[in-house]
Amino acid sequence: MTAIDSSHSATSSSGSIATRSTLLGTIAAYLTASDHKRIGRLLISISAIFAIATAIEGAILGIERISPSSSIVDADIIVQLFSALRFDLIFSVAAPMMLGLAVAVVPMQVGARALAFARSAMFGFYLWLFGVILVGTSYLNNGGPGGGNAEMVDLFLIGLGLVIAGLLLISTSVATTVLASRRAGMTLIETPIFSWSALVASVSMLLTLPVVAGAIIYVAVDHAYERATFGATEGVNAWIGWAFTTPQIFIVAIPTLGVLAQIVATMTRGKQPLRAGLLVGVGLMSTAVIGAVTQSSHTVSFSGSASDVLKSLIPYLFFNHLPILGVFVVLGLSLLALKNERAKLNAAFVPAFLGVGMVLTGMIGGAIFKITNLKLANTVFEEAVLVYVCYGAVLSGIGAVAYFGPRIWGREIPSAPVLGLGLLGFLATVLASLPYFIAGFADQPASIANNFDYSGPIWLWNSLVGAGHALMALVVLLFFAVATKSFRSGTISSATSADLFESVNG
Amino acid sequence: MNTSATALGAGPTVVMRRPALIVSGFLSAVSAMLIGSMLAIWLDFRSNAPLRESTEGGKMLRDWLPENIKIPEVATNTMMMTFVITCVMAQWAVYSSRRNDSKHTSLALSVVLLTEIALVNAQLAVYSQMGIGVRDGSYMTMFYAVTATMLVIIVVCMGFTLLALFRSIAGRAGDRDLVSAHALYCYAVSAIFAALWFVVYVQK
Repeated sequence: MTAIDSSHSATSSSGSIATRSTLLGTIAAYLTASDHKRIGRLLISISAIFAIATAIEGAILGIERISPSSSIVDADIIVQLFSALRFDLIFSVAAPMMLGLAVAVVPMQVGARALAFARSAMFGFYLWLFGVILVGTSYLNNGGPGGGNAEMVDLFLIGLGLVIAGLLLISTSVATTVLASRRAGMTLIETPIFSWSALVASVSMLLTLPVVAGAIIYVAVDHAYERATFGATEGVNAWIGWAFTTPQIFIVAIPTLGVLAQIVATMTRGKQPLRAGLLVGVGLMSTAVIGAVTQSSHTVSFSGSASDVLKSLIPYLFFNHLPILGVFVVLGLSLLALKNERAKLNAAFVPAFLGVGMVLTGMIGGAIFKITNLKLANTVFEEAVLVYVCYGAVLSGIGAVAYFGPRIWGREIPSAPVLGLGLLGFLATVLASLPYFIAGFADQPASIANNFDYSGPIWLWNSLVGAGHALMALVVLLFFAVATKSFRSGTISSATSADLFESVNG
Repeated sequence: MNTSATALGAGPTVVMRRPALIVSGFLSAVSAMLIGSMLAIWLDFRSNAPLRESTEGGKMLRDWLPENIKIPEVATNTMMMTFVITCVMAQWAVYSSRRNDSKHTSLALSVVLLTEIALVNAQLAVYSQMGIGVRDGSYMTMFYAVTATMLVIIVVCMGFTLLALFRSIAGRAGDRDLVSAHALYCYAVSAIFAALWFVVYVQK
């Protein structure tokens, strides 16, 4: 099932008219694309560009917090940057990157000739892109949640609505492809593990994103007319802020499990032990949906009587630890599969494995955050959780592009840069988030860049975070360059269709 | 040199397992979650509203629905009953489609379209009879938000009906998947409206 896309080769033809018409043709082809690889490529590339921009935002915020007594950026811009970082990590980077991979890979894995409702997915891509541009414009004009420009806040809400509508359309296409377009004889249980994770993630998004949309409609109508019921501009975060935090962010990270399990399963070239366990593990992570749609923070307090503790402990464990259990199941089974003597290490395994590790660390952090006795609420601890999960998804995306890329573009990507950038990406993620786990315990306040104080090396933690984000921007940029060069002019891939599947029956 | 090529065997057959029905299921789930979340917020606001004495005396009520607002129950109840007719007609379309009866499929879908137009008309009549402004207070803002979203869902259903009707008129009488998918969405929209009707118009 090797796919060689030769669309770029034609651009080398001589003559300005020919070049121009080829360029116009390429633009037209991308504007009206219904080829799943092309749509997936657009989603992955543009979310990678947004990942670089988001990491730069993070670096600016880290640098700004090095010295709480002085500021290098205007106070209004800082408020917007904090909000923009959260929005971008989830809706501009992690979610579209994971869905883009699914769009590109799932039809090939399930043996479909095309993506189901491909034009709807393409329309979804444009809705998402246009929505992100509108949201970005509103942020630039002081219009994000809590922003001072009311018209721009309205624009933010419209943009967010379009982003959600776009992601819903893409999710519908992916889920329908897995359910309706599998080749004859392939039951749902035999679906390759990455496609399974894409199905679970898509359905989870289809169940949670409309809930965000419902809140947006109320807030938008209120903000446009009355500006009282939902707290006007300040109320925007109160009503839709849950969409930018745990457990909603766990849902977008579900395909990271599929990427890892898929790479491991095909690396070993043998029967995946307890394969059904993998499917269950991925499904368990989707229990985060229940926590997301209830829109309430299921915390636990270890003070008070035993019955009080038990009352808060059971929902806390159910909502926060069940998704973590799913990640442990997939990690455990993947490592078990690696015991196979025929296993041959693939460079893509490194970023994929480290990516899942980062997602798991973020999820455990999210569970710790909900223990009220630790008093981590309103500290930078939560920001670290978000960065761990979303950068984990980016790392996993790097692994997935390195692994599936040769099957999508038909050309090899060299192992050394993948390995090196995977390790650098891991370092960047740890630097961008771990210091805030520590600073959270030292009570560094969240979403505040100036006039705060705590007993600890403020400059050290914030410098490390700034450096981590900057390093992540560099990693994504370098990987983008390496991937673009390799997939345009690298050696022809020898990957076979077998590399897209794990052995189901041994 | 051997120049002959061995023909590759045919690839595995792709079995499309009723994609229209699956998409319709997803669309129904999305619509249900959307209105469900809005009704949940509505109920949250209502349960947190302060208490006031009923105009009929004695009884304490939540001060949620302003006293001067009267909900036109005839129109709203008619809407609920119209949805029942919509469902029956949608099922008639499925029944006819299974028998390749193009005329009856088209007729049934036309009636569905007519009932949907009636639903839109009834909703507009409700707005007109209530005579409230979107800026007049919390109840009014939320009322317009939730009912207008429902109206959009009905219009989407109308688009679905038009699509099925055009295909039926064009002679695709055996297009059972699309007609079944349309019926599924009609049932879902009816169930969603029933929830909205009970919360917003009956319980008030």
